[in-house]
Amino acid sequence: MFLPELAQSLLSGVLMGLIFALVAVGLTLIWGIMDVVNFAHGDFLMSGMYISFWMYSLWGVDPLLSLPVSGILLFFLGVVVYQLIIRRILGAPMLIQIFATFGLMILMRYVAFYFFTPNYRTIQHTFLSGSIDLGGIYLPVPQMAAAAGAFLTTGAVYVLIHRTRVGGALQATAEDREAAALMGIDTDRMFTLAWGIGAATAGIAGSLLSAFFYIFPEVGGIFGLIAFVAVTLGGFGNVAGAFVAGILIGIIEALAGHFYDPALKTVFVYALFLGVLFFRPQGLLGVK
Amino acid sequence: MKAAVRDNSGRYALYAAMLAAAVAYPFIFRKPFPQDLAIKVFLFGGLASAWNVLGGFTGQVSLGNAIFFGVGAYATAVVQIHWGWTPWAGMVLGMGTACGIALVIGYPCFRLKGHYFAMATLAIGEVISTLFMNWQWAGGAVGMYIPIRDDTWKYFQFGTTKFPYYYVTLAFLVLSLLVSEGILRSRMGYYFRAIREDQDAARSLGVSARGYKLSAIGISSMLTSLGGGLYAQYVLFIDPPSVFPMMLSIQVVLLAVLGGGGTLWGPVLGTVILIPLSEFTRIYIGGTGTGLDLIAYGFLIVLVSVVQPRGILGFFRKGGSA
Repeated sequence: MFLPELAQSLLSGVLMGLIFALVAVGLTLIWGIMDVVNFAHGDFLMSGMYISFWMYSLWGVDPLLSLPVSGILLFFLGVVVYQLIIRRILGAPMLIQIFATFGLMILMRYVAFYFFTPNYRTIQHTFLSGSIDLGGIYLPVPQMAAAAGAFLTTGAVYVLIHRTRVGGALQATAEDREAAALMGIDTDRMFTLAWGIGAATAGIAGSLLSAFFYIFPEVGGIFGLIAFVAVTLGGFGNVAGAFVAGILIGIIEALAGHFYDPALKTVFVYALFLGVLFFRPQGLLGVK
Repeated sequence: MKAAVRDNSGRYALYAAMLAAAVAYPFIFRKPFPQDLAIKVFLFGGLASAWNVLGGFTGQVSLGNAIFFGVGAYATAVVQIHWGWTPWAGMVLGMGTACGIALVIGYPCFRLKGHYFAMATLAIGEVISTLFMNWQWAGGAVGMYIPIRDDTWKYFQFGTTKFPYYYVTLAFLVLSLLVSEGILRSRMGYYFRAIREDQDAARSLGVSARGYKLSAIGISSMLTSLGGGLYAQYVLFIDPPSVFPMMLSIQVVLLAVLGGGGTLWGPVLGTVILIPLSEFTRIYIGGTGTGLDLIAYGFLIVLVSVVQPRGILGFFRKGGSA
């Protein structure tokens, strides 16, 4: 009785953790490259969810098909946010950066609230539904598809950063802005790109989630905070670290929720976060 | 010397005039709305000043001050509901508890700097809020109604008039300002600012950074907790989303920094500008519950940050000139 339950929670945790990982990857990219805390990251995800929701309810487009649309639209939203807001406060003190993105968070959240109402929405029938039964362990197909999509997207970001020229330029910019600029890297373009990719990954995560998660204006809050935790656990700016941390958080949440108390599962996640902050501030995979 | 003396007397005259105006205000504006507005300004002004002791003077950006507010509110409610004490005793208990929690939080967290300290306080705030959500004895997610009684000072409840709340919250603001002024003038105030400007330099000169940071968070937490207790008595209903919200933690920072963090009057200035603004927008465009006022609020925050990123913090940088 115990083992199947354990296996079930572990698997559910990994599936959800892959989504957390994807959300965290976008945040860590922005944070690592520009040292800016983005409080609105979860609301990029919320936007992606609503894009899929509306394309589904208005035109019957499946979330799997609206996913590229949300990626592209969110990429542009990220670019616009960078150009209009972030670029102007790059040199500003931390508090101002916190406020700017916090204000953006409120703005996006309540724009959604105003236009889409606070109602909880769901997408009912998708291409992929039902679940696979592995000898008493159930794997819901939409979650599996979402986890697979998150894994592929995270992998793509990893390859982009670590295996391409542009990725090298991004890393150089993260390492030392001025030196990168002296080497002929257009750091402003790199920042723009980081915001574009960061927002796009959140948007894609939102579309993936929309197939099985409630869609409502404040949904970004949950994922935004978890992404922060994952970013810190993984080490700021570390894509692989954020990936591992995301999965770890998914597992902890699932285990705590199943074996202890679902209402207190976030407490465990934050406790882990604080523990790492105090004892291993460079993150789990970080090198000091 | 002479100039300094004259300068001071002018300042005291101004303070006296402001205080007189504040005392006279509810006799002139007798409607509930302007009185309620003033009570909120006093309450938030006091909370922002309390944050300022830690965040402004000492440079430790706490994003978790709602913890202390919530603890104060809960202590005030719990002692009445479970033990039949007066709310005043609850406020004292709340201040003590908040201070204890502040020291427990501060001890490990003050090793962290910048983003890390801010994020840690934010996370602890979420943890405590979640714990209260699940603490059935303290009302859990449902919250607690403070039993309605007749108008007495003993139970600090007045259903028919706002005057007592008005003067008590005014006293709360004045207390916060007096404490701030006292700190700024004392040796401790110089140490606070030295830690803010350059902690390593301060320590090399023999200033116990951790000890003074703990003093700062202790003072800040007690004042904030008192504000929470007054809030609980004013609205007579509390639940975790209303007294532990992350929004509150961030709002007090916003008020202080907008007006000028690190100065005596900055937090008051920020509150006097922002609270009426948000109350008016809430009433005129948010009345239908569509969140339009919050869109305006969010937009305003972004706008201020982008247009005046240095301007607001210009005060913050120089600091301590009050």
